Amino acid sequence: MSEAPWLIPLSPLIAFAINGSLGPRYLKRATGIVGSLGILASFLLTIGLWLDLPKEDSQREYILYRWLESGSLRIDIGFTLDELTVVMLLVVTGVSFLIHVYSNAYMDHDNSFARFFTWLPLFVFSMIMLVMANNFLSLFVFWEMVGVCSYFLIGFWHNRDSANNAAMKAFITNRVGDFGFAAGIFLIFWNFGTVNYSEVHGAIGTITNGAATTIALLLFIGAMGKSAQFPLHIWLPDAMEGPTPVSALIHAATMVTAGIFMVGRNIPIFEAGGVSLIVIGGIGAFTALFAATIAVTQTDIKRVLAYSTVSQLGLMFLALGSGAYVAALFHLATHAFFKALLFLGSGSVIHSMQNEQNMHEYGGLKSKLPWTYATYVIGGLALSAIFPLAGFWSKDEILAGAFFRGASSNGDVLFLLFWIMGLTASLLTAFYTFRMIHLTFHGMPRNRALYDHAHESPWLMILPLVLLAVLSIAAGIGLGFPPEHGIIHDYLHHVIHSKHFELTGDSTIIVSLAIISTAIALIGVMAASSIYQRGRPRPEAMGKLFPALYTLSYKKYYVDELVEILVIKSSKAAGFVLWAIDAKLVDGMVNLLGWLIKAFSSIGRRVQTGQVQNYVLIMATGLVVSLGIIMVMQ
Amino acid sequence: MADYLNSYLFIGAILFTLGAFGVLVRRNIIVVLLSVELMLQGVNLSLGAFSTFYHDMGGYMLVLLSLAIAAAEAVVGLAILVALSRHVDEFYVDRLKSLRW
Repeated sequence: MSEAPWLIPLSPLIAFAINGSLGPRYLKRATGIVGSLGILASFLLTIGLWLDLPKEDSQREYILYRWLESGSLRIDIGFTLDELTVVMLLVVTGVSFLIHVYSNAYMDHDNSFARFFTWLPLFVFSMIMLVMANNFLSLFVFWEMVGVCSYFLIGFWHNRDSANNAAMKAFITNRVGDFGFAAGIFLIFWNFGTVNYSEVHGAIGTITNGAATTIALLLFIGAMGKSAQFPLHIWLPDAMEGPTPVSALIHAATMVTAGIFMVGRNIPIFEAGGVSLIVIGGIGAFTALFAATIAVTQTDIKRVLAYSTVSQLGLMFLALGSGAYVAALFHLATHAFFKALLFLGSGSVIHSMQNEQNMHEYGGLKSKLPWTYATYVIGGLALSAIFPLAGFWSKDEILAGAFFRGASSNGDVLFLLFWIMGLTASLLTAFYTFRMIHLTFHGMPRNRALYDHAHESPWLMILPLVLLAVLSIAAGIGLGFPPEHGIIHDYLHHVIHSKHFELTGDSTIIVSLAIISTAIALIGVMAASSIYQRGRPRPEAMGKLFPALYTLSYKKYYVDELVEILVIKSSKAAGFVLWAIDAKLVDGMVNLLGWLIKAFSSIGRRVQTGQVQNYVLIMATGLVVSLGIIMVMQ
Repeated sequence: MADYLNSYLFIGAILFTLGAFGVLVRRNIIVVLLSVELMLQGVNLSLGAFSTFYHDMGGYMLVLLSLAIAAAEAVVGLAILVALSRHVDEFYVDRLKSLRW
């Protein structure tokens, strides 16, 4: 497979072309099969690449063709064939395939079935190209492409205003990040004269610390936008307006991890960039805690999961900032499994409850949706990082990494604070996860009418859930055991290794850290159970305890309102001023000029009577006068 | 021949003046066009007279040229008239002024 890696992105692209051209009129429901097969082919080819990965460094870059050449800028369409690419491709294509299968059933009643299966393979194509890119410009192009696909899919139900607004919000918020990202790429070209990864990484020692820091921070702004880090996180919860499989695929499992991937791919830049890793760790830790506190009070099941995703992405950035790079990518993979599982599970619930997303209307669905319930609890346990599920191994490694970074002799004490923030976030994670499970599946049904109609989803939806549940159980211990030396660590060791940080300690500390994080997760689970499980769960129980805090969290710390005032209102005001200058002053001057000319010419134009004979008379008179003058002169 | 030159020129000048007068004062477009032709013939007559006087065929060549052009001009002018007649009822130059400012 290493001879023709372009086959991997090609098959989703073909699926997109077929579904886009023939889908609406001829294929209709068959577009789902075409799309799923396209992704399956891609997944199988990725396995081929995995087994046949070139060992020599020189063969690890595959150039397809030269894309553009301008001055000293040369950009190839090329692929990086290394372990990081393979891990990302396996996650992206594997999860995408399961979600495509699931969507066949979930979208069954939708009139725009073919349109859905047009954008979804295009998204997968863009994401594959993004992770396989061998230079920053290709990365940026496909970074934007996944953004565009995300825009189309968030606004999929375009007859809803809320969906259109959410799509625009996602797009515009991402532009803020992309501005930084593009500036970072410009600076890279300015400093290195190339945008190729390996050339840039090789020359990283030649630039000053300040330049490297600037580049790293600008690139991180891009990652903040795509991976929804504070304060650019506001688009992700609103993106839940899209169909649930889209939320699972794009806004939980794959696209939002592009920021993590980008930082992981460019570790040499970030390590050279001095303070940038501390900034990344700080923003990650803060976002993890911040989003977790919001998730605690949300009532819309998909919003809980959305804030949970923001929080988990924050933890991944905390890992990157700490120097525990493999832990970040490990968590990226396990999170993709269990968060896709939870989203698809919530989709199954929403599907059976006739599109009701408010958890206040749920309750007691355990007996109605046994498969969904079982897999959802597995996903919830994995998200809460309960031993021995997938989330435990990866999250524990993140927290251990932060701890060691803070505690080691050449480390940063700040990271101890970040570690505590991460621990608190895990506590809240376990709490809101089980709050969600209790509200949805346990207790008494709160809406009889919906409850009576609820029914288990078709097997096409259950099958992906079961497979993802298996992965959520097994991926952690299978890939990450023993800690720091699991399969994924050895595999990624060639590509991702820290030049600066030694994040290990003796086994007593490692085990006690694991016990601490498990204990904290268990406290969260039990707290949620004691509040919500006993008898008939009362969703408002928390609100009564701390009304002010509850409101603050429920209103998402008023970030949206702040953005509304600080950014939108002020932009509108500035826009109004500029409009007034343009419309009144600039246009006024031009209009004044026109008006003056018109006024003067209203005198002059009296000469033009429109009477042909007048003109002839004037001509004749002129001729006579001219001739007369000539004769007199002689 | 020299004695008659002045009479030819005189008649040419009369024709030209009559034509110019017609162009200036007549309101009917057809008559105006006829008057333009009259002016042209006045000039042609003078050219012919000079040509004979100086024994130089250049003058007659010029007359032939101007006749050809006049014929072409008359074609265009009449074509415009025909087109105009489909839009207006009155062929009076002082009425046709809608193209001014």
